[in-house]
Amino acid sequence: MVDQSTDPSPALVTVSNVKKYFPVNSRGILQRNAQYVRAVDDVSFTIKRGETLGLVGESGSGKSTLGRCIVQLHKQTEGQIKFDGVELSTLGNKEMRTMRRRINMIFQDPYSSLSPRMTAGGIIGEPIEIHKLTGSSAEVRDRVEELLRIVGLNPYMADRYPHEFSGGQRQRIGIARAIAAEPEFIVADEPVSALDVSIQAQVINLMQDLQERFNLTYLLIAHDLSVVRHISDRVAVMYLGKLMEIAPCDDLYETPLHPYTQALLSAVPVPDPKVELEREHIVLQGDIPSPISPPSGCVFHTRCPIAVAECAMTVPPLREVAPGHMTACLRVGPDAI
Amino acid sequence: MTTLLEVENLKTHFFARNSVIKAVDGVTFDLEEGESLALVGESGCGKSVTAMSIMRLIPNPPGKIVGGSIRFMGQDLLQADEATMRGIRGNKIGMVFQEPMTSLNPVLSIERQLSEAVQEHLKVSKSAAVDRAAELLDLVGIPGGKQRLKDYPHQFSGGMRQRVMIAMALSCDPKLLIADEPTTALDVTIQAQILELIRKVQRELGISVIIITHNLGVVARYVDRINVMYAGRIVERGVLGDIFADPRHPYTKGLLASVPRLDRPKGSRLIPIDGMPPDLSALPDGCAFRERCTYAVDRCATDTPLVMPVSSGVGHQAACWIADQDTDASGRPVGAAIDG
Ligand SMILES: Nc1ncnc2c1ncn2[C@@H]1O[C@H](COP(=O)(O)OP(=O)(O)OP(=O)(O)O)[C@@H](O)[C@H]1O
Ligand SMILES: Nc1ncnc2c1ncn2[C@@H]1O[C@H](COP(=O)(O)OP(=O)(O)OP(=O)(O)O)[C@@H](O)[C@H]1O
Ligand code: SF4
Ligand SMILES: [Mg+2]
Ligand SMILES: [Mg+2]
Repeated sequence: MVDQSTDPSPALVTVSNVKKYFPVNSRGILQRNAQYVRAVDDVSFTIKRGETLGLVGESGSGKSTLGRCIVQLHKQTEGQIKFDGVELSTLGNKEMRTMRRRINMIFQDPYSSLSPRMTAGGIIGEPIEIHKLTGSSAEVRDRVEELLRIVGLNPYMADRYPHEFSGGQRQRIGIARAIAAEPEFIVADEPVSALDVSIQAQVINLMQDLQERFNLTYLLIAHDLSVVRHISDRVAVMYLGKLMEIAPCDDLYETPLHPYTQALLSAVPVPDPKVELEREHIVLQGDIPSPISPPSGCVFHTRCPIAVAECAMTVPPLREVAPGHMTACLRVGPDAI
Repeated sequence: MTTLLEVENLKTHFFARNSVIKAVDGVTFDLEEGESLALVGESGCGKSVTAMSIMRLIPNPPGKIVGGSIRFMGQDLLQADEATMRGIRGNKIGMVFQEPMTSLNPVLSIERQLSEAVQEHLKVSKSAAVDRAAELLDLVGIPGGKQRLKDYPHQFSGGMRQRVMIAMALSCDPKLLIADEPTTALDVTIQAQILELIRKVQRELGISVIIITHNLGVVARYVDRINVMYAGRIVERGVLGDIFADPRHPYTKGLLASVPRLDRPKGSRLIPIDGMPPDLSALPDGCAFRERCTYAVDRCATDTPLVMPVSSGVGHQAACWIADQDTDASGRPVGAAIDG
């Protein structure tokens, strides 16, 4: 169901009908017929080798949960996640540990994601030791210094502790650790959103350089649509656990088809008052509904400016409406209502 | 137009055990009646401390306003006693705080919190205060204000709670609304709603607004003038158009060049600002931006640049030794002596 018909190159990551439901205990008591947060609700897509797929959507839409499922920090409730042809949820602990070398994650918060009691060198060297990638400790040390240099830090900083680094430097340490075991695929969850604007560009450039140098594949999770456009080849848009649209980057930004994507893009501020005054803003009414009891039919219908009665009844399937451009809206596509 | 607020050479320092953090160190700006102004700069540059100084809410110790003056409606706030300040904080200046220090109390209904705020400042009966509370909810776009009054904060989303905070700040009919990062924790679609709301109330009520943000993009649509702060000082100011179309301070230029933009073709590389902001307890001699500045000349290391007029733009000023020189395509001053 993904655009493989138009593209012969095999996918590195295949996500098929993945769901992740978290049980909620109402009033503090775990109940038998508990309710669920439908954090990720039937999502499918692929990522090709060497590609960057951007994943955008508002807070609570399920981006991090999906990312965590893909690296198997969460087990999905349903569906399959294949990496290089291997279904991850069927792997045993030992096999998964080997797989972890090839898949890694960069976390959102450079302040809490690094262990405060380990030195930068220890943090970066840990995966090398876990995966027994080099023999002697001197070799680990050399490799750590090389990694520090790769991410633009000074090798003498290896003995410092996280609190002695700035936010941007800490994020570099997180990146050095993520690439230490030479992974093929990295899930980067909001890698720059905790950083000051003047520092963000340093980290974005670094991620691009590393991708080129090591032929990395990225899933880039971010709520900043300008950043995502800057480094993604394709972009997926999530809302309330569902995929609304997925398309090559330029198509998505130039001709967004889903009304949610259109509203999201129109809300992104542009630092130019002339452009701003001429741009049309689609200000969405209302708030994002609860993922515990999402709206029926199209989950976006409660805020959608073009919704019709049918939208509250039928779940729109994700369909290809232009080459490689898929969207889930009843009112878009050949048989639109 | 009349000037509502004049901040002059404001200095607010924090005294730690063996260092002095010069959080605000010579800030000057003014605000006209009915005008909206943005205070922009990265984390730690002194934006909130500037706002808290205007409100005279600097915790002492460790903080102290050590110099300058703040004139509001002709009165020097730094000379006012606490009773006068309480009156001004309630009735003349409303503030939406960045830290939720005045955020909503989870165990009290929205009605109780809003109507008490109204009663505190306007001497009206309880039922009149409740009516006013419902009106305020309508004003900030919480539909069916009256029905939602009995709700508790947890029944409201983040965006709705921020609307209630704005309603609280407006409850006393202020002349000035200060909103410190009013949208930072909110999603883009909700962010747009809140900024539209602030602009709407500014126009409808004819009040002045100061929006504090670290995001230049956010304010491009919503304010009249911008003040850019760096390391406790204003480094550039001007009307919206001049700041975006003709930025003169290297820091402002850097901020604009380092972010990817939806309105521009997709470029291959961003131009970062190298390095980090300086330690406010050990500011270097000369210009505080020097170590990160690609245009710095010898003089920048020794003399601190003052805010001076640049370009022909009205009120366009910058604190940079090369800011008023014509620059070539790369931004370098034409004919200036550049070392290195
Ligand atoms: N461990 C968990 N237990 C219960 N609910 C969870 C858990 N993790 C996430 N959720 C819920 O799942 C939904 C999706 O959360 P998720 O963190 O994936 O969103 P997100 O898109 O990453 O948002 P943000 O942009 O704020 O990071 C939310 O409603 C969240 O509260
Ligand atoms: N109570 C305090 N004690 C000591 N230092 C303080 C105190 N409050 C603020 N500072 C310091 O003053 C400086 C300016 O802080 P301020 O809160 O004004 O920054 P800001 O520009 O609002 O940043 P942000 O965008 O992160 O909110 C910072 O270096 C901060 O550490
Ligand atoms: S004064 Fe000098 S160092 Fe400072 S910003 Fe201007 S050119 Fe750069
Ligand atoms: Mg997340
Ligand atoms: Mg602040």
